[in-house]
Amino acid sequence: MDVDALTAIAHALVSTLADVLPIAVILLFFQLVVLRRPIPHLRRVLVGLVYVVLGLALFLVGLEEALFPLGRVMARQLTDPAFLSPGAVLDWSDYGWVYAFAFAIGFSTTIAEPALIAVAFKAREVSGGAVNAWGLRIAVALGVAIAIAVGAFRIVSGTPLHLYMIAGYAIVIVQTWRAPRDIVPLAYDSGGVTTSTKAMATPGGGARGVWPWRRRSGHTPSR
Amino acid sequence: MLDTRRLGADETEQPDLAASRRAASRAWRHVWSAARLLLGTGRDLLPIVVVVAFFQIVVLRQPFPNLEAILVGLVLVTVGLALFLRGLEMALFPIGETMAEAFAHKGSLAWLLLFAFALGFGTTVAEPALIAVAGEAAKAAAEAGLITREETALARYATGLRLTVAVAVGIALVVGVLRILKGWPIHWVIMGGYVIVVLLTTVAPREIVGVAYDSGGVTTSTVTVPLVAALGVGLATVIKGRNPLIDGFGLVALASLTPMIFVMIYGMVV
Repeated sequence: MDVDALTAIAHALVSTLADVLPIAVILLFFQLVVLRRPIPHLRRVLVGLVYVVLGLALFLVGLEEALFPLGRVMARQLTDPAFLSPGAVLDWSDYGWVYAFAFAIGFSTTIAEPALIAVAFKAREVSGGAVNAWGLRIAVALGVAIAIAVGAFRIVSGTPLHLYMIAGYAIVIVQTWRAPRDIVPLAYDSGGVTTSTKAMATPGGGARGVWPWRRRSGHTPSR
Repeated sequence: MLDTRRLGADETEQPDLAASRRAASRAWRHVWSAARLLLGTGRDLLPIVVVVAFFQIVVLRQPFPNLEAILVGLVLVTVGLALFLRGLEMALFPIGETMAEAFAHKGSLAWLLLFAFALGFGTTVAEPALIAVAGEAAKAAAEAGLITREETALARYATGLRLTVAVAVGIALVVGVLRILKGWPIHWVIMGGYVIVVLLTTVAPREIVGVAYDSGGVTTSTVTVPLVAALGVGLATVIKGRNPLIDGFGLVALASLTPMIFVMIYGMVV
């Protein structure tokens, strides 16, 4: 490991510490001043917090230094006109591999999402096993996969974002009425969980700008 | 101990031996559980490896650039995720549960709500992703002519935005905790929120809408989510008549909803 990697880890450590420090201060204040209770298993909790900070820092460095750059290179190659259809005029249907890549990356990165793993653990615990942790993670990952694939299509086709959002929320409203009552809060929470760690190396970055016949000018993709 | 002493000189080493054997078996158990944890995270990350390898080898037919760096990165990600998950069970979940239990025991609504607000505000205001988004938003606002291009105006706008989002998350947790206590159905709260989002979208300045939508996604960090989930589930568990599955979840959803509302209001006021 070279100096660059070490500085990257140091950077990540500082930024995760900045994330954890205010939480620690608030918890300590309320625990010691308001609740006036000693923290049970203090040593274990402190060691656990060190694990959280260290683990997140390593996780982020691994993603940013190695996996995201690779994802960006792959996205650029996949959206290269020479790869898509040599010589011909490009059409939205030429982007099949891009949609497939978007879907696959959305699925696989969500399976590895730490915050989702945490929520899935909790859901299994409180439901006494009725909510299967892997089942929940796979369901959310499929949702993200479809969202990113559709998002890639939207960027390629240049169709307006709000139509997709309105359609999506309409489906959510219908499902809220029809779904079993105890899955609804979990479903709502899963939306907030999927974006916590990854800055998402989607093909969006590659698809932006290579699209020649986009009709709506001034319409920038959200990611 | 007493028994071995009575048995004579030959056996005096026995306690030491037993202790070291116990230590060895404890160390072995640690190694074993660490290995199982790493195997588990390896399984979590396997889909990424499969997807990347498939597209690179079968679809793009390219060699891997910088294979060594990618492998090192993969090891870092695996070890990092394993450590985080261990820390989650040792620290974040127990803290959330203990606090929920302690507040329920104390029985002071005001302190509980203040704690909820402080937790939401405190975890958000220093969030690196939010600082980055606020800086970008200030630049966008300057380009759109909403504020002047001076350094101080940019900084003031970015800070204002950060505080707005942090207050929004604090209020989200206050509303979420109240919801758990009162047993309001989550879908009314969330749907009501989205109706407000839609209405505000039609009147807020266009430049701020994108920022507002994105600000909902940056507030729920990897550290905050487990803590907040454990707090909600913990409260719903201790309070009589609440179902942890129905009433315990929903805080995260609220924390990604209110920033949209507050940021659009901020855009209209500033």
